[in-house]
Amino acid sequence: MSMTWLTSAFAATAVVALCAGFSPAQAAGGKLVVGFSQIGSESGWRAAETKTAKAEAEKRGIELKISDAQQKQENQIKAVRSFVAQGVDAIFIAPVVATGWDAVLKEAKEAKIPVILLDRQIETKDNSLYLTAVTSDTVHEGRVAGEWLAKKTGGKCPVVELQGTVGSSPAINRKKGFDEVVAKNPGMKIIRTQSGDFTRAKGKEVMESFIKAENGGKGICAVYAHNDDMAVGAIQAIKEAGLKPGTDILVVSIDAVPDIFKAMAEGEANATVELTPNMAGPAYDALIEMKKSGKVPPKWIQTESALFTPDTAKAEYERRKDAY
Amino acid sequence: MTLSSSALRRNLPQCGALIAVLLANWLLFPDFFSIRVQDGRLFGSLIDVMNRGAPVALLAIGMTMVIATRGVDLSVGAVMAISGAIAATMTQAGWSLPLVLLAALGAGLLCGLWNGVLVAVLRIQPIIATLILMVAGRGIAQLITEGQIVTFVSPGLAAIGSGAVLTVPTPVVLTAATLAVTALLVRATALGLMIESVGVNRLSSAYAGVNTPVILIAVYVWCGLCAAVAGLIVTADIRGADANNAGLWLELDAILAVVVGGTSLLGGRFGLLMSIVGAAIIQAMNTGILLSGFKPEFNLIVKAAVLMVVLLAQSPALSLLLPRPRSPANARPIAAKVTGKAPGKAHKEGSAP
Repeated sequence: MSMTWLTSAFAATAVVALCAGFSPAQAAGGKLVVGFSQIGSESGWRAAETKTAKAEAEKRGIELKISDAQQKQENQIKAVRSFVAQGVDAIFIAPVVATGWDAVLKEAKEAKIPVILLDRQIETKDNSLYLTAVTSDTVHEGRVAGEWLAKKTGGKCPVVELQGTVGSSPAINRKKGFDEVVAKNPGMKIIRTQSGDFTRAKGKEVMESFIKAENGGKGICAVYAHNDDMAVGAIQAIKEAGLKPGTDILVVSIDAVPDIFKAMAEGEANATVELTPNMAGPAYDALIEMKKSGKVPPKWIQTESALFTPDTAKAEYERRKDAY
Repeated sequence: MTLSSSALRRNLPQCGALIAVLLANWLLFPDFFSIRVQDGRLFGSLIDVMNRGAPVALLAIGMTMVIATRGVDLSVGAVMAISGAIAATMTQAGWSLPLVLLAALGAGLLCGLWNGVLVAVLRIQPIIATLILMVAGRGIAQLITEGQIVTFVSPGLAAIGSGAVLTVPTPVVLTAATLAVTALLVRATALGLMIESVGVNRLSSAYAGVNTPVILIAVYVWCGLCAAVAGLIVTADIRGADANNAGLWLELDAILAVVVGGTSLLGGRFGLLMSIVGAAIIQAMNTGILLSGFKPEFNLIVKAAVLMVVLLAQSPALSLLLPRPRSPANARPIAAKVTGKAPGKAHKEGSAP
């Protein structure tokens, strides 16, 4: 018993000595070490982003250290400082808020550690503080959803919209992109729009009221939801009103989480635009490229906003259900 | 007779507000009161108000008891998330419905017991004691669901959220039943009196022979149970447990419902039915806003304005300033004011002291 204790104590001391002597990057034998400050577990998508980041790191033989900030910027700042102290090769941040990063990013810059932002941008006067940002264009997502609907309905469609949380940037941008398409198609009109707070429960509640307000749903051609969760709630509300989601009222949404593919496979939803949880993959590639050939990546790496429809739904569901 | 008329006057602002909000909804949306049967279930905006208001009404029932003891329970939203998370994960894992329900309610009971022991035995202030579970509880729920929305296929459990008993939505039936049981427990026995006495003065209640720790623990347990039922309803309704959002901020709506219903945060007196009226006012406003077609940016402003009016109407300081035609004590100063402006008319009313 005491032997084991002694051995492990010795091992621990040895590890500490090693860490003090060399940077972990060297200790790992030339392996790239990346520190990732994740926001926390706010949604299924966020959990999938973390999971994908781990899987993609493993694929490339990168050592990933993840720090969960529990929705607090101060925790993210602490995490970045600790990554700097550990001497990692790069730091990824999914910033919880847009401002207040300058000081800590300067520390990283002085330590010559590149910082890559994932899935959200920050507001700073000095763009050189981060290497690049890998994000989706949320305005474009709204546009893709709108264009699909315009094509599907021949540009004639009274739409009800389930907005995300009032004032949040994805809600503002996904509305903006969709509105651009509506403006181009005189037959398309947003007849009702309300916030469903990005949640299933609120999506369902708001849709219930929309159906009642629009003559039992007869005046509604389609529902456009700013995320899949609200769409799933809306589908239930449509069913409970005695209508067929996907036929009587078309359902188009954004995110491409597994549950919407399930609904599409059952014919209850019509289209979703993907917000890929693989933000880390392109970031790793840019980093490896830079380490290898010194090529500096562009300031913004835009992820693809692919559209998915029911014909691939079943296969996509099988492919995704474990990633989330 | 005098008692009922004073009770009526006390409750007039809330009942008036509810009627006013319902009428406003009707003006904004003429079909507001129309109800039909759809798939063996009542269907209409008024039904939506009752159905969607059920979780907050349930929380308000438990919260009324806690507030009557001069406490408050901030953890009810988190308890909802926990009970929902347990129900969804257990159903997904294949447990039978009775066991799932028992476990979810058991979790609510345990949470209530935890709060009750902190308040009654360890004498931690209720707002702090329940804050612990408010913060930690959501984390527990997230641990259970592993941060995902756990969905399930179970017609039995789903029926709790979107089923119907004799065409009445199950959430409404459950709320009515909980209200009836609670009312019976506190009003048909001396329990209500003891709860009120603890709220007025814990120490003298103890001296008078009331077992204050037991009473306190009991109200927190009851509150936890109500929250567990509300959590089951919300989870069953969307056929999934959303640990991040289920019951989020609903503790504040529940406290608001109780206060709007006229129960004082200082404890000692409570109106169970009026808390339900308070919950109905809040939900009638929510549904009305959705039907009206206002921009979502105005939701909170409209809500705040209406609540402000209701709370002002209850303010004792303000009611002294307002005319009270039936009360002879207040009639004089008003008449005197009128005298200054229109002497002739005032003389006819005979106000000269």
